[in-house]
Amino acid sequence: MGLLDQKFENSNIVITSMDNLLNWARLSSLWGMQFGLACCAIEMMATGASHYDLDRFGTFFRGTPRQSDVMIVAGTVTLKMASRIRVPYDQMSEPRYVISMGSCSNCGGPYWEHGYHVLKGVDRIIPVDVYVPGCPPRPEALMEGLLKLQEKIRTESLVRKKSA
Amino acid sequence: MTPQQIFESLKSRFGEAVLEAKIDAFPDPWIRVAPAKLREICLYLRDDGEMLFDVLMCLSGMDYRAGKLGVVYHCDSTAKHHRIVLKTEFTDADPHVASVESVWKTANWHEREAFDLYGIVFDGHPDLRRILMPDDWRGFPMRKDYQVPEFYNGMKVPY
Amino acid sequence: MEETMTQPRQVAGFGRDLKSEEMVISMGPQHPSTHGVLRLELVVDGEVVVDVIPHIGYLHRCFEKHCEHMTNYQQVIPYADRMDYVAAMSNEFGYVVACEKLLKIKVPERVEYIRVIMAEFSRIVSHLIAIGTYGMDIGAFTPFLYCMRDRERVLDIFEQTCGARLLYNYMWIGGLSHDVPAGFTEKVKDFCRYFRSKIKELNDLLSYNKIFIKRTANVGVLPAAVALNYAVSGPVLRGSGVKWDLRKNDPYSVYDRFDFEIPVGQGLKGTVGDCWDRYMVRIHEMEQSVNIIEQAVDGLPAGDIASAIPKRIRPDAGDVYVRTETPKGELGYYIVSDGTATPFRVKVKSPCFVNLSALPAMSRGAMIADIVAILGSIDIVLGEVDR
Repeated sequence: MGLLDQKFENSNIVITSMDNLLNWARLSSLWGMQFGLACCAIEMMATGASHYDLDRFGTFFRGTPRQSDVMIVAGTVTLKMASRIRVPYDQMSEPRYVISMGSCSNCGGPYWEHGYHVLKGVDRIIPVDVYVPGCPPRPEALMEGLLKLQEKIRTESLVRKKSA
Repeated sequence: MTPQQIFESLKSRFGEAVLEAKIDAFPDPWIRVAPAKLREICLYLRDDGEMLFDVLMCLSGMDYRAGKLGVVYHCDSTAKHHRIVLKTEFTDADPHVASVESVWKTANWHEREAFDLYGIVFDGHPDLRRILMPDDWRGFPMRKDYQVPEFYNGMKVPY
Repeated sequence: MEETMTQPRQVAGFGRDLKSEEMVISMGPQHPSTHGVLRLELVVDGEVVVDVIPHIGYLHRCFEKHCEHMTNYQQVIPYADRMDYVAAMSNEFGYVVACEKLLKIKVPERVEYIRVIMAEFSRIVSHLIAIGTYGMDIGAFTPFLYCMRDRERVLDIFEQTCGARLLYNYMWIGGLSHDVPAGFTEKVKDFCRYFRSKIKELNDLLSYNKIFIKRTANVGVLPAAVALNYAVSGPVLRGSGVKWDLRKNDPYSVYDRFDFEIPVGQGLKGTVGDCWDRYMVRIHEMEQSVNIIEQAVDGLPAGDIASAIPKRIRPDAGDVYVRTETPKGELGYYIVSDGTATPFRVKVKSPCFVNLSALPAMSRGAMIADIVAILGSIDIVLGEVDR
C-alpha cells in the first residue's frame, strides 16, 4: 500500500506521484502540539506512553506550535482559554490539522447545559478536521482518530487548495 | 470545647455581634455573627488559648434567595481537635463583610472567589479582584437569578 | 497585560554603572510544565524570581452551578469525578460520605472495604502521575514511562471492576455501582507483590539520583507555621514536617481499622519542607497504600453492595461539611440541603486551590527553573483548582 511496498526493479528507483510522496511524508510524521487542557490530557499522555505508544505512528509531542503539524485539543475549552487557543493555532505553520478529542471540545460535553463559562465546542473558534468522541476517549479511540486524520491527508492534493 | 461553650465564650466577649446559635443543628452546629465584627471574632478564635482555631477549612459564599447573601466559615483546631461553623448574612443591596485575610492567609483566595462568583465585597482585603472568571466578565454567575449572557467577546455562550 | 516598569537600578560592576530593571514574564497557560492550564506571572530580576502571581480560572467548568441544577444528588457524582481527574475515586468518596451523613445512611461493611481499596488505588495512581510528570519536568523522561506502565496495571483493575479507565461514576450514595469481579482478590494481591519491587526501582532511578537531589533539595522551602496559616494539606503539609493526615486524625469510613504509618518530611537531603521532602512523602505514601490495600483485601467481608442505596434521595434541610484525605490533600464538601431532591448548594474546598495559593510564599528568591520544580512538587490538577 505504501511507497516502500513497491518492488525495486531498477536499482532503487521508485516511481510515484508528487502528491503521494508529500502526503506519505506528512502523515507518517505528524508532530503534535501538546494542548492538554483537562481529563482528556491524561488519556493523551497514556496514549503517548509505552503501553499504547503513539511514537510508532511517527507522532510525538512538541511544546511549541511552531514545530508541530497537528493540534490535539484535549479537554474542556473555557471562554477564558479560548483566545489562548486561537493564538497558537495561528502560530502553527501550514499544513496544519486539528483533532478535537473528547466530548467537551467536540460540543461542550457534560457541561453543555449549565456551563456559563464553557465554550460549547472548539469548532466555534478554530476549524476541526477530526472529532474523537468519548468522555474521555480510550487511547484506542484517539489512535483511530489519528489514523482517520492520516486517511484524510492521504487524499489531499497539491493542486486542490486545502480548505483552511 | 463543645459548640455551646464556644458560643457562650463568644457571647460574653462580643455581646451584640454574636446573633444566634443553633447548637442542635444536625450534623454541624453553627453560630451566626454580625458581618462587621467578623475580623475581631476570628482573631479571638485564632489566638485565644482555649480556642486555638489555627486553620480555616472552608469559606463559602451563599445565596439564600430573596436578595439575601451570606458567607459560611468552617474553622478547625489542629491542637484542640474541635471545629466550629460561623455564618453571616446580609442583603445584596449592601453585600459587605469584614475580610479575615489578615487572620488566616488562606482566606485571600477564598474571598476572591466569593467576590467573583457572588459579588460579596470583603472590606480590608488587599487585592479583591476576580479569580476564576475573566477580568472583563459582567455579573456574578453563582447567584440564583443569574442570566447567562448570549455572547462573550464574539463567542456564543449558550449551547 | 501591562508591563510593570520599575526605575532602572544602578548596579556597580567592572567600573561601569549597569542598569537593570525587573521584567514580567508570562508562563502559560499553554506550557508543557504547568501541569495544565495555569498562568504564572513571573516578576524576575535577571534569573531570580522576585514575585509569582498565579492566574487561574482557565478550566472553570461551573461544577457548583451544575450541582444546583441536577435533578437529584446522584447525578452530581460524574461531575465530581471530573474535578481531580487523576484520582477520580477520591472525589466521589468525599461526596458520597457527605451525602450519607446528611441522609443518615449506614452502608454495608463490604462497601466500606471496597471503597477504601479503590481510594488507595486512586492514591497510587495519582502519585505515579505526580512522580512521573515531576521527573519529566526536571528533565528525566524514563521514570515517566515506568510510572505510566505501572499505572496501566491499576487501570486494568479499575476497568474490570466498573468499566472505565479514568472517570468511573462508581461510588454511589449508599453503595457502589458494581460489585468486584471474580478473581479480584488474586489480581489485587498480584499487583501488590509486583508493585513493591517497582517502588524500589523508582527509588533507584529517580529519588536518590544526584542531579535530582541537586535540583530539588533546599528548593521551595515551606515552613510549618506558614503552611498551617495557608491551610495547606496533604503531602505538601506533611513534607513540611507536620504529621497531619485525616485518615488518622479525623478518621472516616473504616480507616481506623488498618495499620499504616504517616510519612513526614525530615529534611534528609536538605531542609525540612523542601521539594525533595514533598516528593519522598509521596513515594512513602504509595508504600503505605499498598499495605492498606493488602489488609483490606484480606479482610473483605461478604455482603450486598446495593442494599443501602436509597430509592429516593431527599435529605432533610441542613448542611454538612465532610473532609477526606485525597492524594492532593484535604478535600472538603459543604453540602446544603433545603429538603428537596436537588442540592441547594455544594461548595468544594479543593486542596490544590489552597496549596497553589501558597506558591508565592514558597518561591520568592528562587530561579525560574526552580519555579518549575516547586510547582511540580505541589502537584496540582487544574480541574480541581478551578472546578
